[in-house]
Formats: sequence, structure tokens, C-alpha cells
Amino acid sequence: MMAPVSSSIPRKPRRLRLGLILGGLIVGFWLLLAAFGPTLAPHPPGQVVDLDVFSPISPGFPLGSDYLGRDVLSRVLVAARYTVAIAVIATMVAAACGFFCGILAASGGWPDAILSKLFDTVNAVPSLMFGLVVIASLGASTPVLIGTLALVYTPGAFRTSRALALNVTALEFVTVARARGERLLYIVLREILPNIIGPLAADFGLRFVFVTLLLSGLSFLGLGVQPPDADLGALVRENIAGLGFGASAVLSPAVAIASLTIGMNLLIDAASGSRRLGDGR
Amino acid sequence: MLDPWVLRLIARRIGGALITLFLVSLAVFSISLMMGGDAAEAILGQSATPEALAGLRAAMHFEQPAYMRYLTWAADLLRGHLGTSLITGQPVAAAVAPRLASSLQLAALTALISVPLALTLGILAAVKRGSALDRTISVVTIAIVSVPEFLIATIAVLIFAVTLHWLPALSSSRDIRSPLDLFRIFAMPVMTLACVVVAQMIRMTRAAVCDALDSSYVEAARLKGVSPRGLVLRHGLPNALGPIANAIALSLSILLGGVIVIEVIFNYPGVARLMVDAVSTRDLPMIQTVAMIFSAAYLLLVTTADIVAILSNPRLRYR
Repeated sequence: MMAPVSSSIPRKPRRLRLGLILGGLIVGFWLLLAAFGPTLAPHPPGQVVDLDVFSPISPGFPLGSDYLGRDVLSRVLVAARYTVAIAVIATMVAAACGFFCGILAASGGWPDAILSKLFDTVNAVPSLMFGLVVIASLGASTPVLIGTLALVYTPGAFRTSRALALNVTALEFVTVARARGERLLYIVLREILPNIIGPLAADFGLRFVFVTLLLSGLSFLGLGVQPPDADLGALVRENIAGLGFGASAVLSPAVAIASLTIGMNLLIDAASGSRRLGDGR
Repeated sequence: MLDPWVLRLIARRIGGALITLFLVSLAVFSISLMMGGDAAEAILGQSATPEALAGLRAAMHFEQPAYMRYLTWAADLLRGHLGTSLITGQPVAAAVAPRLASSLQLAALTALISVPLALTLGILAAVKRGSALDRTISVVTIAIVSVPEFLIATIAVLIFAVTLHWLPALSSSRDIRSPLDLFRIFAMPVMTLACVVVAQMIRMTRAAVCDALDSSYVEAARLKGVSPRGLVLRHGLPNALGPIANAIALSLSILLGGVIVIEVIFNYPGVARLMVDAVSTRDLPMIQTVAMIFSAAYLLLVTTADIVAILSNPRLRYR
């Protein structure tokens, strides 16, 4: 799913290489962990395995134990899958909706006016407030969560796609394709999409960061992933009592979220930075 | 100086914002409709008799068609009749007003600290582009922007309350006796919020000033021998004013979201925590009011930025 981001990068390896490598490694690490992490967990994530609670890092419990005496490493491994999977799916939905609405709007006329106003409205409600109201009224389930996250970040994806598509649709090859009598879907997928895929991928990465942050924030407020399941934000919430003595149980998931989002941001920044250099500005 | 054309542009922006506010009110009302059916049950509990439920629903006008209820609600909203809380029976306005005041205090203090700091650092970074200072600022701001607010808040608690014992972990404006108390209570929430806002604002300010300094008129000024100082102060900054105002407004709008997490973590008695509490008790009038306040505040910020951008654009000013 992240392939567009990483595949567009090796072509422009100029400066900022450190950010590129570091960001790529971190993001790759988390994607792998989301795929295989739960199978690596040393203990069942829900099982109480330690007599002590909030115990520090030890050989038996590499990240300590949580407020009930469960293994933090196992819980982080499982929670990472929730966070990454929900964020990736929500971002894909937002990006896809944003893309198709953006292309539609780029052709101008009343669809543009209506869609722009509609997404402006969604944007005018602060995102956490929006999530709070929607989830409170529909209940916190994973589909509602994904839908809310996608809806909140569709306007941004829409705006990017629309702006990019506006630039491209004015070019000759689109006119030529239209004159050839190609179908709309062909023009969109074969002529327009390949020409804006780079900036779109960067936008995807950025939106993934926003989605991850909002998801973690909602879970931290108790409105995200519901027990017995937990994502990284929910792990921070349930172990917040350990903050007083700097327990690994509250720090590990927090650091996990931060490394995922910082890694992704480094990657985007380095990638779009080198693209700017490549543009010869 | 202001010709009618500019005035018309500004009027159109304000009109657009009002239309958006109307659409937001529709959205807020229809979202709350979805939970509306359950509000009566939420109040009376699961053991309520059907008759009691029907009675309460009638009292809450749930039997009217949706558009009628929207019109009544919107008309009341415009006249400042915000209704009464379903949970406490207190008028919403009375519950919201003191909370709003303390949230605004928090926001104002944060803005007061963030704006000058962020503008200074952002402009410095842009002027000294590529220097060690610029790169440090850029790495640090990326890190802060990509981290959730609650992480910054928990780290702040860990350092200043748990390890150093300098500041209380919770804030309550009740026991303020001296300026020092005031400082101790606001320090942590303001610091955390400012951290997030400043990082965002620096990035946007830097981008705006860089854009201005890259333009051909600055290039031309450099060729005619204007000093680096003059380049920035007389040619770069005046033209970056609009984008910078935009950066300030957009970054301050982050305050609106950040304040929710911060008020919950620090137990700060502001309007955002009122909202979180209202959501958990499904207190409809309260939710609607606070959601409208937040949206109106956001639109106010964005529209102001738009208008400043129009006014500061010399091409529009001297037409």
C-alpha cells in the first residue's frame, strides 16, 4: 500500500538522503511489524503474566509489564497492527474519495461548486470535535472509526487532487486523449493519474500521519478502539497511571506512535524536498 | 485606498463564511439527530416506562418533523437562547460562559507566547535558509508536528511535575492567590499547546517567507544591490504578510483541536472538557452549542486570514 511512496523515491536520490533512509527504515519497520508483529508476540496480549504491575524492563519482559501485569511488548506488537491497519485503510478511503471527487471537480461547473462547499463545511468543524460528535452518536466501532477518520481527511485529499488535476487536465495529451474518444475512466486512470502520482503519494503519507494522530487522540480519550482490543493510543490511556513513575508501559506505546509518525514525516519531507530540488528551483 | 472591488471581495469572503456556518449548523443538527432518539432513554435510564419515555420525548419536541426542529433550534440559537442542559437542567449559556472564558484565557495566553516566538524563528529560518539553525529548527518542528498532543503533555508532566516537582500536574483556576499561582497553573497547558502551535506556525511562516524571497522581484532587488537586510524587511516580508497571516490563523485553529486533549489531560475547566463530558452523557443542547462555538471560531480565524491576505496584497490594494 505504501509502495507508491517508496518506489517514487529512489529515482531522485540527491540530498537529504539521511532523512530518506531513516524515514524509510522506520516506516518499513512498522509496516512489517503490523504484518508479522502479532505472531512474534512472546505472550498472549490479554494474559496476565507478571505478578507485579508496571514492572520495569527485564529480560523476561523486554518492555516491562502494564497496569494489570500483562506483557507490554506483546500488547504493543498487537496494538501496532490496529493502529497501522486502521490508519492505512482510513487514509486509502480518504485518498480515493478525495481523488475521484477532485477529478470530478477539476472539470469545473456545478460539481466543483457543490463539492468545494461541501468539503469546506466538513473542514470547518475541528477534526477532533467532529470525531467526538460522530463517534458519540454512532458508537465506537472499528467501521465507524474508519469512516470518521476517512471523512475528516477527505477534504484535504480532495483539495490536493483537485489542484493537481487542474494543472494536468489543461495539458495537450489530455485534450488529445479526449479527441481520440477515450472513455473518461481511461483518461483519469491512464492519462491523469500517472502524471500526478508523485505529489499524490506525498499527500497520502501526510494524511496517514494526520489520521494516525487523530486515531491515537480519539483512543486516548477513550473513543477509539474499544477494549478488549487496543491500539497504541488506547495503550497510553490505560497505562496513564504509570506516568508518575515513568513506567515503560505508558512510554513504549507513546514512543511507538511518535516514531511511526516522525518516520513518515521524514520520508515525505525528504522525498518532496528532493523533488523540489529536481525541479531545478 | 479601498476601492469597491476590494470591498466586494471581502464581502464575498464573509458571505461565504456565513454560508459555511449555515451548512455546519445543518451538519451539527443532523449528527445530533442520530443520537437524539436515545437522549430520552439516556436521561431516564433503562428502567424507564414507555409512557415516561413518550412524555419526555414530547417535552423535547421529538415528535415534530426534523426541519421544524431545525428551524426552531436555529432561531433560538440566533436569539441566544441556547436551551437547557438535559443532564443538569441548567441553562446551557450559564454553563458554557465561564468555561468559555477560561478556555479563551488559555488560548489567548498561548497565542501571546506562540505568535512572536514562531514568527521570529520562522523568519530567521527562512532568511538563513540551509544554515545549521534552519536545519535544527526544521528537524525539531517536524518532530513536534508529528507527535500527538497527549505525548507532549505526558512528557511535560513527566519532566516538570514528576521528576522536578516544579509544577502541579493538574490545573484548577479556583486556588489562584498570587501571580505565581497563576503562572504555575497555566504553565503546563500553555507550554504544551504553544509547543504544537509554534512548530506548525514556524513551518508555515518559513515556507511563506522562502516563497517571497524566491520571487523574481527580490531577485531584481538583489541585482540592483539592496542590502540583505533591506531585501528581507522591505521586499520580502511585506509581500509575505498575507501568507504569514494565513499561517498564524491556520496554526491558531490547531489550538481548537489541541485544547480538547490538553484540557482533559490537565483537568482544565474549559469549554472543551465540557464538550467531552457532554458527549459521554449525550447532553444534546450542550454538544450542539459547543460544536457551533468551535466551528464559528475556526471560520472566524480562517476568514480573518483571507481578508488580511486580500488587504496586504499590493496588487489588489493599488488597482
